[in-house]
Amino acid sequence: MDFTSFLIQILNALQYGLLLFLVASGLTLVFGIMGIINLAHGSFYMIGAYLAFALSSLTGNLMLAIVLGIPLAFGFGALLERLLFVHLYKRDHLQQVLLTYGLILIFEELRSLTVGDDVHGVAIPELFSASIALSENLSYPVYRLVISVVCIALAAGLWWLMQRTRLGMMIRAGSFNREMVQSLGVNIDMLYRTVFALGVALAALAGMLAAPISSVYPGMGGNVLIISFVVVVIGGIGSVWGALVAALLVGFADTFGTVLMPDLAGLAVYLLMAVVLLWRPEGIFRKG
Amino acid sequence: MNSGVVTLFKLAVLAGLMLFPAIGSSFYVELVAKILVMAIFAMSLALLVGFTGLVSLGHAAYFGIAAYTVALIAPEYEAANLWFVLAASVLAAGAAAFFVGLFVLRTKGIYFIMVTLAFAQMAYYIFHDTALGRSSDGIYLNVKPDASLFGWTPFSLDDPAQLYYFILAAMAAVFVLLSFVLRSPFGRVLAGIHSNEHRMKSLGYATFRYKLAAFTLAGALAGVAGFLYAVLFGFVTPEYLSWHQSGNVLLMVILGGLGSLAGAVAGAFAFIGLQEMFSDWTKHWQLLMGLVIVAAVLFMPTGLAGLPRRIFRTVNWGEDDE
Amino acid sequence: MVGKDRKLRLAVSALGLGLGMLLAQGAAEAADKVKVGLMLPYTGTYASLGNAITNGFKQYVAEQGGKLGGREVEYFVVDDESDAAKATENANKLVKRDNVDVLVGTVHSGVALAMAKVARDSKTLLIIPNAGADELTGPLCAANVFRTSFSAWQPAHAMGKVVAERGHKNVVTLSWKYSFGEQSVAGFKEAFEQAGGKVVKELYLPFPNVEFQPFLTEIANLKPDAVFVFFSGAGAAKFVKDYEASGLKANLPLYAPGFLTDGTLDAMGGAGEGLLTTLHYADGLDNAKEKAFRSGYVAAYKIQPDVFAVQGYDSAQLLAAGLSKAPAGAFDKEAVMNAMSAATIDSPRGAFTLSKANNPVQDIYLRKAEGSQNKVIGVAAAKLADPARGCKLMK
Repeated sequence: MDFTSFLIQILNALQYGLLLFLVASGLTLVFGIMGIINLAHGSFYMIGAYLAFALSSLTGNLMLAIVLGIPLAFGFGALLERLLFVHLYKRDHLQQVLLTYGLILIFEELRSLTVGDDVHGVAIPELFSASIALSENLSYPVYRLVISVVCIALAAGLWWLMQRTRLGMMIRAGSFNREMVQSLGVNIDMLYRTVFALGVALAALAGMLAAPISSVYPGMGGNVLIISFVVVVIGGIGSVWGALVAALLVGFADTFGTVLMPDLAGLAVYLLMAVVLLWRPEGIFRKG
Repeated sequence: MNSGVVTLFKLAVLAGLMLFPAIGSSFYVELVAKILVMAIFAMSLALLVGFTGLVSLGHAAYFGIAAYTVALIAPEYEAANLWFVLAASVLAAGAAAFFVGLFVLRTKGIYFIMVTLAFAQMAYYIFHDTALGRSSDGIYLNVKPDASLFGWTPFSLDDPAQLYYFILAAMAAVFVLLSFVLRSPFGRVLAGIHSNEHRMKSLGYATFRYKLAAFTLAGALAGVAGFLYAVLFGFVTPEYLSWHQSGNVLLMVILGGLGSLAGAVAGAFAFIGLQEMFSDWTKHWQLLMGLVIVAAVLFMPTGLAGLPRRIFRTVNWGEDDE
Repeated sequence: MVGKDRKLRLAVSALGLGLGMLLAQGAAEAADKVKVGLMLPYTGTYASLGNAITNGFKQYVAEQGGKLGGREVEYFVVDDESDAAKATENANKLVKRDNVDVLVGTVHSGVALAMAKVARDSKTLLIIPNAGADELTGPLCAANVFRTSFSAWQPAHAMGKVVAERGHKNVVTLSWKYSFGEQSVAGFKEAFEQAGGKVVKELYLPFPNVEFQPFLTEIANLKPDAVFVFFSGAGAAKFVKDYEASGLKANLPLYAPGFLTDGTLDAMGGAGEGLLTTLHYADGLDNAKEKAFRSGYVAAYKIQPDVFAVQGYDSAQLLAAGLSKAPAGAFDKEAVMNAMSAATIDSPRGAFTLSKANNPVQDIYLRKAEGSQNKVIGVAAAKLADPARGCKLMK
C-alpha cells in the first residue's frame, strides 16, 4: 500500500465511521436517556430509506424529500411512543426486546405489502453528483463528502442540544431521575416523547441520506442494527461523544481490517469490541 | 390451584408426549421432536433470564457451536459414537460460554443484552467466514451417531421413533436437572442475585463466580439442544447462530412466562405452534406473528405460565398457590 | 322392529356404497394428479425471486390448461424465508406431511443444500429452479435431484474465457465471502488462467456488507487490466454505483456473472450502462419460444419476466417432459426421472439438455447493459456443461 492509497483509506474509514455515527446516534440517545432497548432501530432506518424513495419519486428531488421526511419520521416516532413505548418505561428490558422484535416483523411485512420486494434506486441530487479526483485513477464522489459534513454538523448540533439548551438540560436530568424532574414541574411524558421521536428521526435521516448510495431493499434494516449495537457498546450507552469516537474506531477497524487481514475481515469489528470491553467493560465513555 | 394439580397436569403432558409417536404421522413426530429440542434450548436460557436476571440476546451461539462441533468431528460417511460427540459438543458449547461469560458478565442491564448479541455475531462470522465452518452454505451430518456403549447398542437414532424418545428423555433430564439446580443452594444464590445482586455481594457471595457458573451451564445445555438439532435434521448452517435464533428462543422464554421451567417448555410449543399455523394461512404470516408478540407484551406481561393463575384469580376459584 | 332393522341395514349399506364410490373416485382423481411442493422465499431479501419463479412455473401450467403431462397439478406452498436454520423442517413439511410427488425449490443455496438432503434421504424428486451452489450437481448430485438454472461455475467460467479473449492479462476479483462468490471466482479463475491470464488478487468482503470503498481504493492501487466481481441484488446495485462514482469504471473494465445486472439496472440509475456480463439468459433473444413466453407473462402478471421467471417456467417444462413419458396411474418416479434426464427443454433461453449430473448444458450469453435491459451481444460459451466434479453419476 503506497502513501496515497493509505491516505485514501483513512478518508474511507472516516467517512464510513461518520455514517455509522449518524445511524447509531439515535440508538444511543434512546438507550441512554430513556433506558429503552430498541431492536426496531434498524426498521426506522429502513423506513427512512423508503420514505426517501417514495418522496423523491413524488417530488423528483431528494433534498425536498428529506425536508419533508424528517417531520414525518418525527411525528411517526411520537405516535409510536404514545401508542406503544409509553407502556414500557416501567417494564424490564426483556419486554422491550420482545416488543421491538415484534415491531421489526410488522414493519418488514408492511413494507412488503405496500412497496413490494424489489430493489429500488434513489438518484443523487444533481448538485452533488460530481466527483473529485484523488489519484490518477481514483476519484471521490462529492455526495459522500456531503454526507460526512452533515454527520459532523449533526454531531455538533446534538452536542449543543444536550449541553447548551434548556431542553437538553431537562433531558439529561430526566435520564438520571425521572420522578425528581417531574416534581419540578417538567412534563416528563412530553420530554420522553420528544427524545424518542428524535431517535426515530435520526435513524430515518440516516436511511434517507444513505438511500442514494445503498439503494432501498428488503431487510436493509437488519444489517444496520447489529453494527449500530456494536458502536453503542464500544462507545458507552447514552454518550453522543462515545458514539462518535466508537463509530470512527469501527470505521477504521473495518476499513483497515479488510485491507490488512482480509481472511478475518468479518471479525475485525468484533475483535475491536472484545478488546475495548476487556479494557472498559462499560464502553469508552461510560455515562453517569 | 394447588401444586398437586400442577404436577398432575405436567405428568399428563409427559404421558401425552410419550404416546405421541403412536398416533402422530412422521412429519408431526419430527415437528414435536423439534419443539422438544427448542424446549431444552428455551429452558437453558430460562436459567439465565428467568432465574438469574441475565437477559442474553446471544444464546444461539452456544446452540450453533455444539451443532457445528458434531458436524465437524463426525467422520463423513461413518457413524460417530453418540456419547463421545455428545460430550464433545456440550463441552465445546460450555467452554465457549465460559470464555464469553468472562467478558460479558462484567456488564449489566441493557449493556449485557447488547454485548451478548455482539459476541454471538462474532461466533456467527467465525463459522460463516473462516475455513473452520467449511462452507457458508452449511454442512451435512450424513450419518446419525451410533449409540453403542462398550459394544452394547441400547437404541438406534436412525429410527425416528427412537430418536424422538431419546430427545424426549433428554428434555426430561434437562428439566429434572434444572429443577434440582434451582432448588439447590446454588440456585438460591442465583435467585438472590436476580432480586438484588448488591445484597448478595454484601452478604459475602462472589456473585461473579455464581453468574459465570450459571452462564456456563446455560451454554452447555444450549449445546445439548444444538447437538440434538444437528442430529435430528442432519444439517448445520451458520444461521443456527444468527441473532434471529437468539431472538426466537428469547421469545419462547418470555411467551411461556419467566421464572418457570414448564413455562419455557410451553413457550416453545406456543411459539412454534403459532409459527406453523400462521405460515399455513398466509405468506404475510410474519405480520401476524409480530402483532401477536406486541399484543402479548401489552396485555399478557406474565406470559403463558401466568395465564392460568390470572384466569383462576379472575374467576375467584381457589387460592393462589404461592 | 324387523322392518326398522332392515331399513337401517339398507341405509348403512347405501352409505357404505356411497362412501366406497367416493373413495374410488378420490383414488382415481389422485392417480391423475401430480402434487407439486413449491418451497421458495416469499418473504425477506429474495421474495421477488421466489414470486418470479412461482409465476413462471404457474404460467407454463396454465398454458397446458392447468395440467402437466395430462395430470392436474395440485400445489403445496411453503415460504422458506431463505432461512437455512428452518430449511430441513420446511422441506419435510412438504415431503412427509403433504406427501408431494415433486419438490421445487429454491433460491438460497444453503436452503437448497438442506432440501437436497431431504430429497436424497426420502428419495423425493427435487427440481432446483435457481440455487447455484456447485456441489448440488457436484459431490452431492443424485439421480433424483435436477436443476433448471445454472451452477455458479457456469457463467463465471464463460466469463473467464471472454475476459482473456478481450486481451486482459491481469485481473483482480472481488466478491462477498460466501460459497456462491467463492465458487464464481474459482470458475472464472480456472478459465481465465487457462487462457493465459492471471488473477493478481482475490478480494473478499464479509456478506452482506456493502462498504466497498476500501476495496475500490485497493483495486485502484493494484492497477489491474480489468476487474471481475460477484454480487447480486441490492449489493450489486450499490457496488456498481460506487464503482462508477470512484471513477474506476471509465478506466478499468468491469466483468461479472449476470446476477450483477439482473433486476438491478433500474436501481443503479444509469451507473450500469454498458456493463458486460454473462448469463444463461438475456434480453432480446430472438426465438419463438421467448416471444411467446414474454407476451404470455406480461399478459398474465403485467410485468416483464426475468431470468428467475424463465427458470420457474422451465422447471414446469422439465416436470411435464417427465410426466408425459411416464405411464398413467400412480406417480412412477423412476419413469419420470428417466424421461426428465433425457429431455430437451425448449426454453425461452434457447433449448437445453441436462448433463449426467442433471445440470443444464446450455449456451451462456454475453450481454451488454443498455437502459434497463441486458441485451444479448453474443454467445460466450456454447453448450457449456458444468464439470460436476465429485459427482458419482458422471461415470
